[in-house]
Amino acid sequence: MRHTLTVLVANSPGVLYRVVGLFSRRGFNIDSLAVGQTENVNVSRMTIVVEGDALVLEQVTKQLRKLIDVIKVSNITAEEFVARELVLAKVTANPTQRGEIMQIADIFRARIVDLGRRTLTLECTGDEAKIKAFEESLRPYGIKELVRTGKIALLRGSKYTNVNNIKEEAM
Amino acid sequence: MEVIAAQALIQALEQENVSIVFGYPGGSILPVYDALVSSALKHVLVRHEQGAVFAANGYARATGRVGVCIATSGPGATNLVTGIADAYMDSVPLVIFTGQVPTTQVGTDAFQEVDITGITAPITKHNYLVKDHRKLLQTIKNAFYIAATGRPGPVLIDLPQDMLKTKISFRYPKSASLQSYKPVLEGHFGKINEAARLINKSRRPVIYAGGGILISQACEELKQLAEVISAPVTNTFRGLSCFSGKHPLFLGMLGLHGTRYANLAVNECDLLIALGVRFDDRVTGKVATFAPEAKIIHVDIDPAEIGKNVRIQVPIVGDVKVVLQALLPLLKKTDRAAWLQRIEELKSLYPLFYHQENVLKPQFVLEELYRLTDGEALIATDVGQHQMWTAQYYRFKKPGAIISSGGLGAMGFGLPAAIGAQLGLPEEKVILVTGDGSFQMTMSELATMVEQKLPLKIFILNNQSLGMVRQLQEFYYDKRYFGVNFEFVPDFVILAKAYGIPGYNVSTPDELTRRLPDILNTPGPVLVNCLIDPRENVLPMAL
Ligand SMILES: Cc1ncc(C[n+]2csc(CCOP(=O)(O)OP(=O)(O)O)c2C)c(N)n1
Ligand SMILES: [Mg+2]
Repeated sequence: MRHTLTVLVANSPGVLYRVVGLFSRRGFNIDSLAVGQTENVNVSRMTIVVEGDALVLEQVTKQLRKLIDVIKVSNITAEEFVARELVLAKVTANPTQRGEIMQIADIFRARIVDLGRRTLTLECTGDEAKIKAFEESLRPYGIKELVRTGKIALLRGSKYTNVNNIKEEAM
Repeated sequence: MEVIAAQALIQALEQENVSIVFGYPGGSILPVYDALVSSALKHVLVRHEQGAVFAANGYARATGRVGVCIATSGPGATNLVTGIADAYMDSVPLVIFTGQVPTTQVGTDAFQEVDITGITAPITKHNYLVKDHRKLLQTIKNAFYIAATGRPGPVLIDLPQDMLKTKISFRYPKSASLQSYKPVLEGHFGKINEAARLINKSRRPVIYAGGGILISQACEELKQLAEVISAPVTNTFRGLSCFSGKHPLFLGMLGLHGTRYANLAVNECDLLIALGVRFDDRVTGKVATFAPEAKIIHVDIDPAEIGKNVRIQVPIVGDVKVVLQALLPLLKKTDRAAWLQRIEELKSLYPLFYHQENVLKPQFVLEELYRLTDGEALIATDVGQHQMWTAQYYRFKKPGAIISSGGLGAMGFGLPAAIGAQLGLPEEKVILVTGDGSFQMTMSELATMVEQKLPLKIFILNNQSLGMVRQLQEFYYDKRYFGVNFEFVPDFVILAKAYGIPGYNVSTPDELTRRLPDILNTPGPVLVNCLIDPRENVLPMAL
């Protein structure tokens, strides 16, 4: 089963390799990993999608919590949450095909962000299913390059996974 | 007061009540060495950085305090790696300082630059590269706190040379500043109640006690527990000495080279009370057949150990001493006569044994050492057969009296660790039981021992081979011996002489018995080369 973890970490050097190193050393599989700063400049948030059964997940969570730089680990898989991923895709597009591709973009509410002589670059956000469908629709035209950010997620409504009053670290 | 960062570092160590550091200098770390000149801190110059980290490790194990060592950048730092891994595996509190090339050169593959924080990330509890001198003191405060609390472990601080030379004002922080690190000491009350219910109901309980008991200093509580509920106690290797080897409820060590009766007791028990242990594979063998009839209560300070290898019915996260103190009042005094009778039966059916002959048997050496020290000595060991014979035949009475590399099993640990232990506890009689293979890995530290005037008693159980590996080839590779028998072994007695130490060869049981009292009563160091039967194996070998 796939689980979505939200991991708050101190913004210190090396925190990324500690987390990634932990996954590789203990043989946990990362499906996707997205990381960036949060509303607090001292804190980054990692959204990690990990594959494994309940036991694996328990170990992943506990081992992550042992890292000194990890502030909080939440498994939000069973909660109501909004998840998005951004994809950029560069597809072959001869002038005759552009119309069709733009129609596809419309359907997925994607945007054209760059236009080359024989290529179009599209940007699309959405959940996993949508991104997958988007990719499939473009495939017949020839996807020359594609990049995905990995999933990011927040709980719905008035639930939070952050922590209040994270200290301004002296460190 | 303004001082340079390196001096502030030394002052910080004094604030942390560090009285001794083990180290080896080099270019990058020189600012620290320069600051040591005017400090009261004792610096022990070793002969190899591995010696420094093992000595700090032995010091920490013997005293329960944080061990500190210092090395320079590059090769100095990489020479520490085995010792750091050992401390990580056996949960030993260390703070390790390494020199680093100047911040302006970090990342350029400068002379003697290695990414030591990267290299040690998976074998430290935490590590720091301090580029900003303003963060140095808080980092040191944090490092000592992290190393010593919760599940202890090594913390490394990497110190670029230019940072060490920067002026700072010395204000040592009162407390660590960490966002989320907060070890849980108190166990969950509901779970403790549940544990008490299971224990009171159990008919055949066994206590499986590990290094956590020693670390949290819960030996007295463990003894009470065992006596109140009449449960036999078996130890992990790391846990040895937390329960008296002379106590009638003691089962000895369990697992691969454990006693047959300890393993059988675990096999037959209906409740396993696991305290400060981690269900290591050397203990459990095949997890599926481990303690097949038992419910398991597991107490450990590290939540990640609970449920990692084995399914647990009652998990309790907490400091084992604190948890036992809460648990004890909930227990009914019980005598469990039938179970204890069964245990006695197992003990008499399957005792530890060896055949005494006219050649010197290693087990006999350990029995004699035990007899003459009455189990009161501090025994450091290396790794191999001699280590297992020590675990089996020396019955430890004093908590912390065995200093040995368990989880990592690092040969070469013994001599430097014994040096650290003796420096930490000058009043104790420290005996090193080593092998001819292991001893040759770090025997250069004999010079350190002599320089520090340490009265170590060194017993080399010399089988002229890598006995433990030879045993594996005998059992599992059809006796195809390869790379295990030394064609040349130095004359250890002459070697001892080169260091100005008295040395003796002993090759018969009589000779040993005759000489041992004098050897043990010699005020200074002695090296005893015990020419043991090279065919001897470590038995039992379960699983
Ligand atoms: C650094 C290191 N290298 C290799 C090993 C593998 N190993 C385990 S026991 C052993 C033999 C040890 O020989 P010795 O010190 O003579 O002890 P003996 O088994 O003969 O008592 C070896 C090579 C190890 N544990 N540590
Ligand atoms: Mg040997």
